Amino acid sequence: MLYLPSHIQEQLAVDAVRTYPDECCGFLLGTEQSHARTVTEIIAVHNAREGDKRRRYEIHPDDYRRAEKYADVKGLQLLGIYHSHPDHPSVPSEHDRAVAFPYFSYVILSVRQGEVVSVQSWRLNDNRHFDEEPVIHVTDFILT
Amino acid sequence: MATVIIPTPLRKFTQQQSRVQVKGNSLQEALEELTRNYPDLRKNLLDENGKLRNFVNVFVGEEDVRNLQNELTPLQEESVISIVPAIAGGNIV
Repeated sequence: MLYLPSHIQEQLAVDAVRTYPDECCGFLLGTEQSHARTVTEIIAVHNAREGDKRRRYEIHPDDYRRAEKYADVKGLQLLGIYHSHPDHPSVPSEHDRAVAFPYFSYVILSVRQGEVVSVQSWRLNDNRHFDEEPVIHVTDFILT
Repeated sequence: MATVIIPTPLRKFTQQQSRVQVKGNSLQEALEELTRNYPDLRKNLLDENGKLRNFVNVFVGEEDVRNLQNELTPLQEESVISIVPAIAGGNIV
């Protein structure tokens, strides 16, 4: 289960809309207790893909190392990755699956005509297939 | 001994350790020892020929080993090896 506080949902949406029609990408940081993950921070990064960024994203290894180091220093967990699918559903493509890592939550935002229309999270299972991870949208008021 | 920094998604294969010590005069020897000690790491790091998988970047210090000598990159006692997942994707099937 992935808890997304409203201010985090807002930050994700801002990045996805700002980047449209290209794909945005970044990191999800937060806490994990048993099977409940709560995102407390995101780090938006540059889509390092050369060429058409409307259909692909890549994260530079230096950005990955910085994000992981930041999480370790802050005592947070690097919970996963987010990216957008401009004018496509928020479900992983075969390419997403082929290059995915275990453990991470992969949050995908579907953006249609510049508006976020759906947000879903996915995790790789032991057979290297994606299972949908329920996303719980919570208001900041409840968390405080 | 060299230090290997294990990325978050692979820590479940190293009993949640983020850093492990390995012996080896080359990256290849270090990775062999690492995957001998933590066998479940192997399929995530190396292909059937023992070569680094495409979607894994490995740095020795600050340098990508693809710019050095790949698996034959020599190591020092104090070398720090970083395993960095190549994060990518997109909406084309």
